[in-house]
This record gives sequence, C-alpha cells and structure tokens, in this order.
Amino acid sequence: MTQGRLFDEELSYMKPLDSPVFTVSQLTRRIKNLLEPEFTDVWVSGEISNYTKHSSGHHYFTLKDGKAELSCTLWRSTASTIRLKLQSGMKAVLYGDVNVYELRGRYQLNVKWIVEEGVGQLELKLRELRERLDSEGLFDESHKKALPRFPATVALVTSPTGAAVRDMINIIRRRSPSCRIILCPVAVQGPGAELKIAEGIRIVNEHGQADVMIVGRGGGSIEDLWSFNEEVVARAIFDSEIPVISAVGHQIDYTIADLVADLRAPTPSAAAEIALPDRGEMEEKLTDLRTRLASAAVRLIESSKARLSAASESYMLRRPDELLRTPRLRLDEMHSIVVESVNHIVESCRSRLSILDEKSKALSPRAVLGRGYAVCRRLPGMDVVRESSEVSKGEKIEVELSRGRITGQVTATHDP
Amino acid sequence: MNMTKGKMTDQEPFEAVLARLEQNVQTLESGEVALERALELFEEGIRLSRELNSRLAAAEEKIKELTRDSSGDLKLNDFEEAENDE
Repeated sequence: MTQGRLFDEELSYMKPLDSPVFTVSQLTRRIKNLLEPEFTDVWVSGEISNYTKHSSGHHYFTLKDGKAELSCTLWRSTASTIRLKLQSGMKAVLYGDVNVYELRGRYQLNVKWIVEEGVGQLELKLRELRERLDSEGLFDESHKKALPRFPATVALVTSPTGAAVRDMINIIRRRSPSCRIILCPVAVQGPGAELKIAEGIRIVNEHGQADVMIVGRGGGSIEDLWSFNEEVVARAIFDSEIPVISAVGHQIDYTIADLVADLRAPTPSAAAEIALPDRGEMEEKLTDLRTRLASAAVRLIESSKARLSAASESYMLRRPDELLRTPRLRLDEMHSIVVESVNHIVESCRSRLSILDEKSKALSPRAVLGRGYAVCRRLPGMDVVRESSEVSKGEKIEVELSRGRITGQVTATHDP
Repeated sequence: MNMTKGKMTDQEPFEAVLARLEQNVQTLESGEVALERALELFEEGIRLSRELNSRLAAAEEKIKELTRDSSGDLKLNDFEEAENDE
C-alpha cells in the first residue's frame, strides 16, 4: 500500500489498491534473494541435453527428467577441475548453487561438481571433497613433513576408551618405555565428532610439546569413519605444525584424513609401531656403535704404535752418523770441484806462460848467435863494435860466439 | 600455557645425540684423525652412548591427558585407564 505511492500516480488507479507494485528489477531481486539462499549446495540428478561448450571455455547445458528442465552453467574455472567428459544424453548428478540471472529473468544451476549417475550420496560428497582438496594441493608430497626418528613425546588424538587407544599405549610402552604419551581425548564418531577431532589436533599444536601425533580410531563402518572424511579434519591436519600420522580403521579404509596426513598407517597399532623406534633394536644399535667406536680407537692406537716403533727402529735413528753421510758427500764433491777449477786456471796460465817463453827465446841474442852470428867487443872496455871505424889496427877485440869466445887483434879495417 | 615447557628444550633430542655418536664412529673409522683428537672422539662417544642407553632405560612416563577447560586454557592431567575392561 505504502509502496504504491512511490510509483507514477498516473498508473496508480489501474492497480488493485491492496497490492504493491514492483519494478522488474525489484521483483527479480526478491526472487533471487528468496531462491538463492534456499538452494545452495544442492544435488540434482537428471539427463544432460543441449550441451554446448562456448569458445569462452564455459559450458552450458540443460538437465532434464521426464517432467522438468533446469538450465545449467559450468564455468570455465570449475570445468578445469572436473575430469568427467560431458555430452548430451548423459545421466549425471550435479552439485551446485541455484543462481538467478536477473538480466534474462532466468534461474539456473551454477554447477560446482558433476558425477555420473549411480553413485551413492556419501561417495559423491567424498569425491567432490577429495578432488577439491587435491586441486588445492592438500595431498601434495611437498607438504608432507618428515617424522622424527626418536620422538620424546607422542600425542594421541583419539577416543580415550576402546581398543585403539589401549593398543597404541601398549605398543608405545613396549617399544619405547621412556616416551611420553599425551592423550587428547576426542569423540571419533557421531554428530560433531569431526569438530572435536579438528579441535584436538589444534590443541596438541597449541600445547606444542609433542614431536609427532597419531590421529585415528579403530575400524568401523564407513559411516563410523566418516568424521575422518570431513573437510574440517583435513584442514586441521594440513595446518598442523606437528607431523601427523593418520590411523583410521582397518587396512582397507582410506579416508581424506589419510590423504592429507604426513604418513598414513593402516591401523592405530601400526601407527604406534611406525611412530616409535623399538627399544631393543635401539639398544642393539647402540651396542654396535660402541663396539665400532672402541675397535676404531684401538686400531688407531695400534697403527700409531706400529708407526712409532717402525720409526724408532729405523737405520737412521740407530746410526746417527748416517745422517752426516749426505752432507759429507756433498762437501767432498764441492771440494773436488773447487780443486779442479783452480787446477784448470793454473794449467791455463802455465800454457800461456810457455808460449811467451818460446817467443822471448826467439828474441834472445844467444839464439841469434846460434844461427852463426857473433858479437864483437873492443877490449878492454868490452864495448860492442858495430862499425869498422870503431876499432883501429892493432887493437884487441873479443868475439863472442854461440859457444865460447875468441880473442884477437885487428889487422886491418875496411870501410863499408 | 604455563606448563612444563622447559622439559623438552633443555635436553638435546635423542636423534641429535645419536647422530653425533654415529659421526664420531665414522670419523674414527676413517682413520684420518690425529691421535689426540681420536681419543677425544672416543671418550665423547662412550659418554654419548652411555647417555643414550640410560635414556632408553628411563622409567615409564605417566600418560597425560591434554584438554581445554571452559575458560579456553589447556590443562594436562594424569590419565587413568579406567575403562580398560571392555
């Protein structure tokens, strides 16, 4: 009634007095607001028809059964996470949100997940979650933390009653009696159990003293184990700073928790075995290390001793004069070299000297006399006579020959 | 969070001590070490192996139960294995 007055007064007379008048947008918006919250995360089954893949990468199709049709949109970003190949005529179960497309006045299903027909509800949810978490990288090996080899404290996030916790405690006690056990008691099945488990994982992290934690429960039906397939548990495991070993049910059950955990153990007992080293084995290892330590030390001492005695019994140490042998030899060698060089110098001087000697011999007057010349001297002064005019008839002269002398008297002089 | 936080930090982890012992043995076995150093390594090795042995033989720890109380604080109590008879 009041709303009517907001509109054009010319039209107001045409409408029933007790009904409001909307614009198309307003009506469509009201429909949208009513519809969308009501139909989020719905599952719907039917047959796919009019399937087209647009060049934009978005997929459009109609889902129908005998009596009705539903427009469906599969956006490109979602389509990339779905491996199922869609085609018209295919029977499928869709998961998604109803969306009102105001511009065309149509409602449609925004598809978030598709599986082929004939798969159970739980299985559908599981597959969707598994694919989604996988594409987010929660199962990646790169996120897996290494388990400590010798944890001092182990946390157990499990039910405080029942066989599983007892088995784990017994095995931990047997294998590593000195290991501290922190039990974080949680409900592992029933409504809300997944929240308790996730909270337990967070509490252990907040406490921060455990080196590793085991999250799990004993075997049961798939419904009993379902908490370990819930996203909140998966995320708590993924976010845990402390390495997590999952141990859910018996061997064949594989849960989402197993996929996210740093290590998956087939059973709680197996988890305890994996988490802790066996004391007996450790003692053996220590004994072995100690033996090796001792024998290596003994070997080293023995070999040092052997080297020492080999050295002290050596020829050198017993005959110290031997140590002088080499320098002495060297000294001798140097000595001969010096002597030899001096001899050489002397020899070369001597030979040069004899050459000079020969030369000077050739110049000696005696050598001239040897060739038949003679030296004539006037007596008594013994002046050498070089010219006939230097003597007079009757003067005495001495003639020196190569061998001996002759004394004579000048009988005549002849001018040249 | 006013719990026995010191307990874990003041003791070197078993793993680290074991790794040191193994290292000592390997160094000694390689033979490439001076005699004085070898004796040090040997003495330390024996000490480490004694420590590890005694840690292995340590008395059983009580099992503790870790819960969050109504005010949101964590508390650690002794855990009684009462319902063991099922």
